[in-house]
Amino acid sequence: MSYESLRSIYYIALKDMKTYYLKPPAISWGIVFPVAWILAFYLRNPRNFEELVPGLIAMTVLFSTTAMEAVVINFELRLGSLERLLLAPVSISTVLLGKVLGGAIFGLMITAVVAVASIIALGLFQINLLYLLLILLPSLLMFSALGALMCVLVREVFEAQTLANLPRFLMVFLSGVFIPIASLPLVLKCIAYVMPLTYTVDGIQQALGNAGSIPIAIDILVLVALIPALILPAAKLLARRFV
Amino acid sequence: MVSAIEVSGLTKTYDGLVAVDGINFNIQAGEAFGFLGPNGAGKTTTIRLLDGLSKPSAGGARVLGYDIASEMVKAKRYIGVVPELSNMYDELTGIDNLVFMGQLYGVPSHERWPRAEELLKTFGLYERKDSRFATYSRGMKRALTIAAALVHKPRLLFLDEPTVGLDVAAARSLRAIIRRFREAGITVFITTHYLEEADILCDRIALLVKGKIVAMDTPAGLKAMAEETPALEVSFKEPVSGVLEDIKRRLPDLTVMKVDDRLRIYGGDTDTVVGAVLDCAKEKGTQITSINSLKPSLEDAFVKLTGLSPLVMAAEKGGRQ
Repeated sequence: MSYESLRSIYYIALKDMKTYYLKPPAISWGIVFPVAWILAFYLRNPRNFEELVPGLIAMTVLFSTTAMEAVVINFELRLGSLERLLLAPVSISTVLLGKVLGGAIFGLMITAVVAVASIIALGLFQINLLYLLLILLPSLLMFSALGALMCVLVREVFEAQTLANLPRFLMVFLSGVFIPIASLPLVLKCIAYVMPLTYTVDGIQQALGNAGSIPIAIDILVLVALIPALILPAAKLLARRFV
Repeated sequence: MVSAIEVSGLTKTYDGLVAVDGINFNIQAGEAFGFLGPNGAGKTTTIRLLDGLSKPSAGGARVLGYDIASEMVKAKRYIGVVPELSNMYDELTGIDNLVFMGQLYGVPSHERWPRAEELLKTFGLYERKDSRFATYSRGMKRALTIAAALVHKPRLLFLDEPTVGLDVAAARSLRAIIRRFREAGITVFITTHYLEEADILCDRIALLVKGKIVAMDTPAGLKAMAEETPALEVSFKEPVSGVLEDIKRRLPDLTVMKVDDRLRIYGGDTDTVVGAVLDCAKEKGTQITSINSLKPSLEDAFVKLTGLSPLVMAAEKGGRQ
């Protein structure tokens, strides 16, 4: 990738941060929703809350990134300003990568607040920071790419949020966020290992000093491999809008 | 002369519907070239093909020497595009929008702000540089959209219906700015459905109807084509029903159309036409207030060459506001 493309990706992400980070759909789905879930689980059972922290951090990654993609892509598709980007000397892949990066940075900000607050409040100081970063960074990019893939299929922000809810809720219930995968029936366990959130939850478990069900290197590998696997079809689908 | 745009057999179909039908033309560097035609003629589709937003179904083109099928990212460095929709970012201020465009086009960082400020001054937006785009009037939005296309000092500028939706004063001001682009040596490709706009701004004009170029020449050349067909314009004291139909019946081989509250009759010898009009007025019991012989205009050329009424153009997109 050329220097010009990398520079454009950075500026597109920067512009999206300035433009969309305070949009209501980003705040409601990307911040309020995961925070509300965290509070609900904490209030219900404060004693065992520590066990839920890896899943809740992973859920924050999932919701914040995918919610932001709906805003940065679908607002622009609807208003025609995505075309404005494509009039510049940038490829469709560059524009999409800029959008994915913008979503990942937004997710990083929200996730960092949740993770740091949880670690300090619960005294989880046996954390392996390197593992945590190696899991969180590819997860943020991968879920942002997943959000982008779903968003290019529809035009409106609300359509994108609705479409994204299907995989989001499936993953929340089957990827070990609330229910350990080991306790799931075999069929659901098989489905769980197809869900990318499983690898994020498992990796964060290990980064926080808990036992995981998959070697962390595999978690990282799967998450990294999924980034291009999601971006490539998203770029193709977006390109089909401009044939 | 160097060609800025070379188009060869360019075709675009959507689900079997031909939007652009094998068009061919060349635009020289520094030329102001107009695409004139009614809505749906294929003007915007042609611009989208030439600025890389759409892919041709057949044929091809070279823009500033770059193949539109494979080298558009390179070509876009030297192209400015003003789309029909003023689609800058509502949440960004005027100056932030221009600086962002400078960033995307690779304008050196030390030049971005001065250049953005200079453009804001040129377009009379400097006082509102820190206001959000969403708060701009329609004319200001159009002006900023044009300014955004100039941030990187393009060699070729595409303007898609630049004055649609503007009031008369704003449209006149924009036309003056577009004329300055020509003087600065920028190649201008402009689409419009305003006949007078094409006449004023363009060195050459292509008339586009249903995806095909039906004529292409200088405005004077196009008018000369209409000169062979004289036109008379007749005004009546008051509107009388059936006058148009009656004159069409009396002059079946000629083109007769209503323009505002007047009748325009193309072709035929003057004695026959005037005789038919007088007979009609007598029969309908109305008075003729004037009969004028018209100097051929671009409108006449358009009527003759396309067979369409100029009202088709005036009615497009709600006409001038």
